Amino acid sequence: MRYPPLTDADRREMLAAIGVGSVDDLFRDVPAAAHLDGPIEGLPLAKSEMEVERIVGALASKNLPAGSVPCFLGAGAYRHHIPAAVDHLIQRGEFLTSYTPYQPEVSQGTLQYLFEFQTQVALITGMEVANASMYDGATACAEAVLMANRLTRRKKAILSGGLHPHYRDSTALLGRFIGFDLVRPDPDPQGGEDLVSLIDEETSCVVVQNPSVFGQIRDLTPLAEACHAKGALLIVAISEVVSLGLLTPPGEMGADIVVAEGQSIGNALGFGGPYVGLFATRQKFVRQMPGRLCGQTVDADGRRGFVLTLSTREQHIRREKATSNICTNSGLCALAFSIHMSLLGEEGFRRLAELNHANAVLLADKLASVPGVEVANDSFFNEFTVRLSKPAAEVVDRLASADQERRVLAGVPVTRLYKNRPELAGLMLVAATETNTEEDMDALVEALREELR
Amino acid sequence: MSGAMNREGRPTRPVEASEAGRAVTATVTGNRGLTVEEPLIFEQDNPGAIGVDLPEPPHVRSRLGAVRPRGRIGLPSLSEPQVVRHYTRLSTRNMGIDTTMYPLGSCTMKHNPRLNEKMARLPGFADLHPMQPMDTVQGALELIDQLAHWLKALTGMPAVAMTPAAGAHGELCGMMAIRSALEDRNDPRRRVLVPESAHGTNPATAAALGYTVDSIPADARGRVDLEAFKAKLGPDVAAIMLTNPNTCGLFESDIVAIAEAVHEVGAFFYCDGANFNAIVGRVRPGDLGIDAMHINLHKTFSTPHGGGGPGAGPVVLSEALAPFAPVPAVVHGPDGRLRLVEHAEGDFAKSFGRMKGFHGQMGMFVRALTYILSHGADGLRQASSDAVLNANYLLARLKDVMTPSFDGPCMHEALFDDRFLKDTGVSTLDFAKAMIDEGFHPMTMYFPLVVHGAMLFEPTESESKETLDAFADTMRALVERAKSGDAGYFQGAPYHTPRRRLDETGAARNPVLRWQPDMPAREAAE
Amino acid sequence: MSNVKYTQDHEWVRIDGDVGTIGITEYAQEQLGDVVFVELPEVGKAVTKGGEAAVVESVKAASEVFAPIDGEVVEVNDALAGEPGLVNSDPTGQGWFFKVRVKDASQLDALMDEAAYKSFVEGLH
Repeated sequence: MRYPPLTDADRREMLAAIGVGSVDDLFRDVPAAAHLDGPIEGLPLAKSEMEVERIVGALASKNLPAGSVPCFLGAGAYRHHIPAAVDHLIQRGEFLTSYTPYQPEVSQGTLQYLFEFQTQVALITGMEVANASMYDGATACAEAVLMANRLTRRKKAILSGGLHPHYRDSTALLGRFIGFDLVRPDPDPQGGEDLVSLIDEETSCVVVQNPSVFGQIRDLTPLAEACHAKGALLIVAISEVVSLGLLTPPGEMGADIVVAEGQSIGNALGFGGPYVGLFATRQKFVRQMPGRLCGQTVDADGRRGFVLTLSTREQHIRREKATSNICTNSGLCALAFSIHMSLLGEEGFRRLAELNHANAVLLADKLASVPGVEVANDSFFNEFTVRLSKPAAEVVDRLASADQERRVLAGVPVTRLYKNRPELAGLMLVAATETNTEEDMDALVEALREELR
Repeated sequence: MSGAMNREGRPTRPVEASEAGRAVTATVTGNRGLTVEEPLIFEQDNPGAIGVDLPEPPHVRSRLGAVRPRGRIGLPSLSEPQVVRHYTRLSTRNMGIDTTMYPLGSCTMKHNPRLNEKMARLPGFADLHPMQPMDTVQGALELIDQLAHWLKALTGMPAVAMTPAAGAHGELCGMMAIRSALEDRNDPRRRVLVPESAHGTNPATAAALGYTVDSIPADARGRVDLEAFKAKLGPDVAAIMLTNPNTCGLFESDIVAIAEAVHEVGAFFYCDGANFNAIVGRVRPGDLGIDAMHINLHKTFSTPHGGGGPGAGPVVLSEALAPFAPVPAVVHGPDGRLRLVEHAEGDFAKSFGRMKGFHGQMGMFVRALTYILSHGADGLRQASSDAVLNANYLLARLKDVMTPSFDGPCMHEALFDDRFLKDTGVSTLDFAKAMIDEGFHPMTMYFPLVVHGAMLFEPTESESKETLDAFADTMRALVERAKSGDAGYFQGAPYHTPRRRLDETGAARNPVLRWQPDMPAREAAE
Repeated sequence: MSNVKYTQDHEWVRIDGDVGTIGITEYAQEQLGDVVFVELPEVGKAVTKGGEAAVVESVKAASEVFAPIDGEVVEVNDALAGEPGLVNSDPTGQGWFFKVRVKDASQLDALMDEAAYKSFVEGLH
């Protein structure tokens, strides 16, 4: 074993210093019946670094990396190019192997990047303040509804039919267990749902995704006004944060809380996690925010420094009265986000968004020419819905199957996101990012043309 | 306060040595060799610079619909070398396990093997989209399944829910499974018992789920007071949430009796597995009678703490709770292929549903399995044995000069209180700050709440005897210094860090949570 | 100051006609340390003796403030929003929390007077 620093000689000396004969004596409080005498049987023993690499590498090689074929998958996770500097920097040991900055004097690195991250998130969402990250977009969404319930002292949330089903389900779970009511209109591929008429004096919030899970973009200003007229809050969820490089930010449309999945910036697809939830709101709501917050202050010498602040909201102080039970956040993913965002800067972020949109427009135009494919969206950013003449799940599986001459990850069948929705069987979500070449697009077009013939 | 600051947050005149014991030679910049002042990224805006080289977008007709395109965002512009230097400089202002001993009790700051990082970055894992067809991700599903197998075998439990994102999320998962099981048998109950020494997440979780939290006192040995506990049990108790080994670093010696009493009244036993690292390979929690336990992969199985996350918190479950576990879950298909069940249907009809986006913290799963395979069943047992040995060695080396809170051997962490500092004028906090100057990260302070001025040391198995000796020698010298009447030194510490003690009161009274374009560093801070 | 009464939870109430002004004691503010935020009840809210009426937060702790008597909140100290430090600098004066219209003056009899509170606090050491 390459990890234990203690030698057998060390162990003997230490046991003598403690005054016991063996390590077993230190486990004397364990009930005898539960005491294991040796390594658990049936489990493999220690392996060398080379052996482990071989075993884990073999598992990796059974998968089809998205980047090895043309990939158009989205639905809340997007394949973007991550500059090499990002991964290099987050692996610096002082970032990677530190913990929550409980001792601010030796954590200014983490604290300063969290302060910068909070500022970046506030800027791109058009909000006043943001926290130091949540687990992911879906859990951030659920926490936002809890926060709205606290602020309005109401218990009814309206979840748009354009909200990502994972966000809806994660929120509904808390609704069931923590106790609030939900209004959940049907899935809304066309973006035509009327949420305004659902808002009443009992409504704590309306949660709407922009662009919607089907890719539709809408101006949320009238919805915000309708919410505020009834004393409800507007929560805007964003699953593709790159869209904020081009679209009016939710803050400018009247959002009270903005939650987003930050994976697209700086974080690999990673089969779904870990990702990073963004959470932004207005300054006046800050004491009801969940999660950690970093604030600016001065040190004993009067120099600017940063600390975790307003921690009385949190579980380790408030215990059963905390705003949330959250403890761990997504620190390192927030760092990756922040570094990537710093590399992009004002111009780069906008350019990235433009490239995504332009590629999606090109792809939509190409797909529209394929018989059996109908682009369902009137508006979109980098992802849109197509209606296929065959069940999308089968088409997607076949185009990715190993016996294809050229495998393509064509899109996400909508039925994979919803339980028991046969009427959505023809729908497929298709995303294009800056990583897709025109050749990729042509491969998809050709494959679909063949498949739907 | 010394010196006004310019926009970059640098003092405009040399910092003077103002405190006793602090011999600093003033520099022009305020920098001190490797400790270089670093402005906020927003204060380094260099319009025209850019850190990426994206191509010109093809010209297309916009399909953005009716929304207005956005105006200027206000992000700063920097080149790649500027960005790399910024974050590299920031990194040097952090202590990490890589830098020094980090005995933060209850947080398990053990070595993070770099092989774990290498494996997690294989394109076969890192570049997998979570919604790829299942035939294209069989290796990923197999990895989740293998890790699940290890977690079940190591805990002696029949089932595991893999998706929770962290320990607290795992608690939520376990407690929702318990509530589901109670509801399923039409037996809603209202009360959850939580020991006073519990992590704050326990009562927060129980309260979030609508339970009344009933606190159980500890006895003089730092364990659950069995009689007081039994007196609180009743038919309205849904569960007990108990950490074992507990937050005082002690094994709950009555745990089997507790489990039996809990089950006798039809309640469930939730075990907080934050301290599982003390007993892996030596005790299976399943043999103790628990019904659910989360496992912090970032503690026990060495996935990096990353400045506060991400973590992962799989939850092992008993047969009674397993049907209510969250989706998605990996199952073996009849054809030998693995498949993800993503909705509560079929065999999973009783599942309470989905807790987060996608399928769990895959990146953490790869790291944890890599760690587990490297150690094997024998190495895992050795690791927990060494962790307990190290903590007891530290206890032995310090118990004559500091005040251990409880008698007898500890498990993986040693708890002291502040009685040894009585009448010195030095508090636990002051003492911790002086440790920083000596190059060590402090222990956990003021937790658990059951002792006064708590100091909880968890050295982990990653520290050598040499380091433990150096640490113990340092602690002994500091105790002597504190007792010699040098309270002022401790109260002013730390002196040798990039920043000295920070004004947390000012930060909380007037929260400044973001940079503003017209915000001079000084004014904003006051 | 004979019209000031104290609770074992370290709240004080000063009676002026049918209005009671409520705050926390010098001892309580010392124990809390620097107060950073005070959450006050809404005007019009009915509070009950021993029930949670406000929350006072220091950097590391949050404590409930209980109503010493039943009553309806008629005024809250808005100055604490901008200057929570008043609770530390002048807990029994400018650092008051809220005022209630007293519902049942006889409840005051069960509370401690200044001398009794003083010896109660001394007994805590």
